[in-house]
Amino acid sequence: MTNSDAMAIAEPLLRFDAVALGYGDRTILADIDLDAHRGQVIAMMGGSGSGKTTLLRGATGQILPQRGTITVFGQDIAKVGNDGLRALRQRMGVLFQQGALFTDLNVFENVAFPLRELTTVSEEQITERVLEKLNAVGLRAAAHLKISEISGGMARRVALARAIVLEPELILYDEPFAGLDPISLGIIAQLIRGLTDRLQCTSVLITHDVAESFSIADRVYVVGQGRLLAQGEPKELSASTNPYVKQFLNGEPDGPIAFHYPDSPAFENWLRQKGIEP
Amino acid sequence: MSVLFRTISGLGGMVRGTIYHLGAFTRLLAAILRRSGIAVSRPGLVSQQVHFIGNYSLLIIAVSGLFVGFVLGLQGYYTLNRYGSEEALGLLVALSLTRELGPVVTALLFAGRAGTSLTAEIGLMKAGEQLAAMEVMAVDPIRRVLVPRFWGGVIAMPVLAAVFSMVGVIGGWVVGVLLIGIDSGAFWSQMQAGVDVINDVLNGVIKSVIFGIAVTLIALYEGWNAKPTPDGVSRATTRTVVSGALAVLGLDFLLTALMFSN
Repeated sequence: MTNSDAMAIAEPLLRFDAVALGYGDRTILADIDLDAHRGQVIAMMGGSGSGKTTLLRGATGQILPQRGTITVFGQDIAKVGNDGLRALRQRMGVLFQQGALFTDLNVFENVAFPLRELTTVSEEQITERVLEKLNAVGLRAAAHLKISEISGGMARRVALARAIVLEPELILYDEPFAGLDPISLGIIAQLIRGLTDRLQCTSVLITHDVAESFSIADRVYVVGQGRLLAQGEPKELSASTNPYVKQFLNGEPDGPIAFHYPDSPAFENWLRQKGIEP
Repeated sequence: MSVLFRTISGLGGMVRGTIYHLGAFTRLLAAILRRSGIAVSRPGLVSQQVHFIGNYSLLIIAVSGLFVGFVLGLQGYYTLNRYGSEEALGLLVALSLTRELGPVVTALLFAGRAGTSLTAEIGLMKAGEQLAAMEVMAVDPIRRVLVPRFWGGVIAMPVLAAVFSMVGVIGGWVVGVLLIGIDSGAFWSQMQAGVDVINDVLNGVIKSVIFGIAVTLIALYEGWNAKPTPDGVSRATTRTVVSGALAVLGLDFLLTALMFSN
C-alpha cells in the first residue's frame, strides 16, 4: 500500500465541519462535526423533530449548509456545481423515510431503476442483480408485485434493496428500522452491517431505535436541541453520565429533553383567540 | 387611502404573479426541450406514455366525436335545408370538424381526461418524495418523468383529434344520409371537392399539435409546481382543467385569425 492509498482510506467519505443547516432564515442544527470513514456504520440518533432528516438532506446536497462545510468523497458539496453533485450522488445510495418507491413501476422495476438509468449493464445482469438484492431483503418472490400490493414494511425493504443495488460507497438510511417487525428488523440490521463490511462502504443510519443501532454501529452521534449533544462508540455512550444521553438512551420521561413541544407567542395568541388564557 | 393602496398593490401583485408564472412556464418548456434527447434514445418511454395518454382517452374522444357529428348533421341539415342546399351537409360537417371542432373539442376533453391524470400523477410523485428520490439517485426527474410525458401528449393529441374528426364525419353521415335521407353520393363528393388538404386538414393538424403542446405543458407545470399535499394536488388538478381550457380557446381564436383570414 502506498502512502496515497493510505491517505485515501484514512480520509473520511463524509465529513461535516462546523456545519449549520436549516431552511430559509431558520437554523435547525448548528455546530455539527462528523466524520464517517470507510467500513464504518454511523448512527445519527435523536428524538422526533431533532433535525436528523435535515442532516441527511445536507449530506445529499438537497440543502446547502448555512455555515461550515460538508465534504463528500473529499469534495465540498457546496462548490461542486450541478454536474459535480450528480457525479457524487452516483456514488451514494439513499433510503428515504417513506421509501419513495415509484408507484408506476412494480417491485422489480423499482430496484432495477438505478441500474437502468445509470449503468449500461445487460438485461440478464439487471435481472440477476435485482433478484439477488431482493433476496437479501427477503422479497425475491415479491418481484412481480405492484407497489400498491405490498405492505409498508415490505415497501421499506424494497426501498432498501433499491438503495444498495448499485453497491454504493456511501449509503444513507433515513429510519431504516421504522415499521419493521422484530424479525425483519434484526435481519435488516445485520444486512446493513454485513454490506458495510463486505463492500467497505460507509453507512450512515438516521434512527431512534437505540437497541438495534447500538448493536451494529461503530460510532453514534446524538443530536437534539439544535446541536450535537454527544458522540462516541456505543459502549462509551451507554456508560455516559451526560443527562441528555442517559435520558435519550433509557427513554426516561423526565430529564433535560422535554417531551412537550415548547410554547410560543404564536400558540399563546391562538389560545387567546379560542378564549383560553395561557 | 389604505383601500386605494391595497387595490394598487393587489393589482401589482397579480401582474407580478402572472409574469412570474409565464416565466416559470417558459423555463419549464425550455428545460423539457433541452432534455428531449431521451425521447430519441429511449423511444420506449415515449410510446408507453402515448399508450397511457392516448389509448385511455380514445373511448371518450370517439364517443364525443360521434355525438358531435350527430348534432352537426342535424343542425347543419336544418340550416342548409332553408336554402335548398342540403347536399352540402358533408362539406359542412367535414369543414367544421377538421378546422375547429376536431382540434378544439379534443383538446378540451384531453385537458379533462389526460391533463388531469398527468397533473395528479406528477403531484403525487412529488408528495411521495419520488421526484426527490430520483434527484438524489442522480437521475434528472425532468428528463426521466416530464420529457416522455410531454412528447407522449404532443404525439397523442393530433392523433386523437384525427380520430374525433373521422368519427364525427361518420356521425354526420349517419344522421344526414341514413336518417334524413340525403343522397350519399352528394354527401361524399361535396366533401371531397370542398375540403382542402393544406388549408383545412393541415391547419387543423397544426392547431391540434399546438393545443397538445399547450395542454400537456400546463398539466406538467401544474403537477410539477403542486404543493405536495392532498389539497395542493387537488387544486393543481383543477387549475389544469381551467387553464388548459382557457388556453385552448384563446389559442384557437389566435390561430383561426392567422390561418383563415385573407
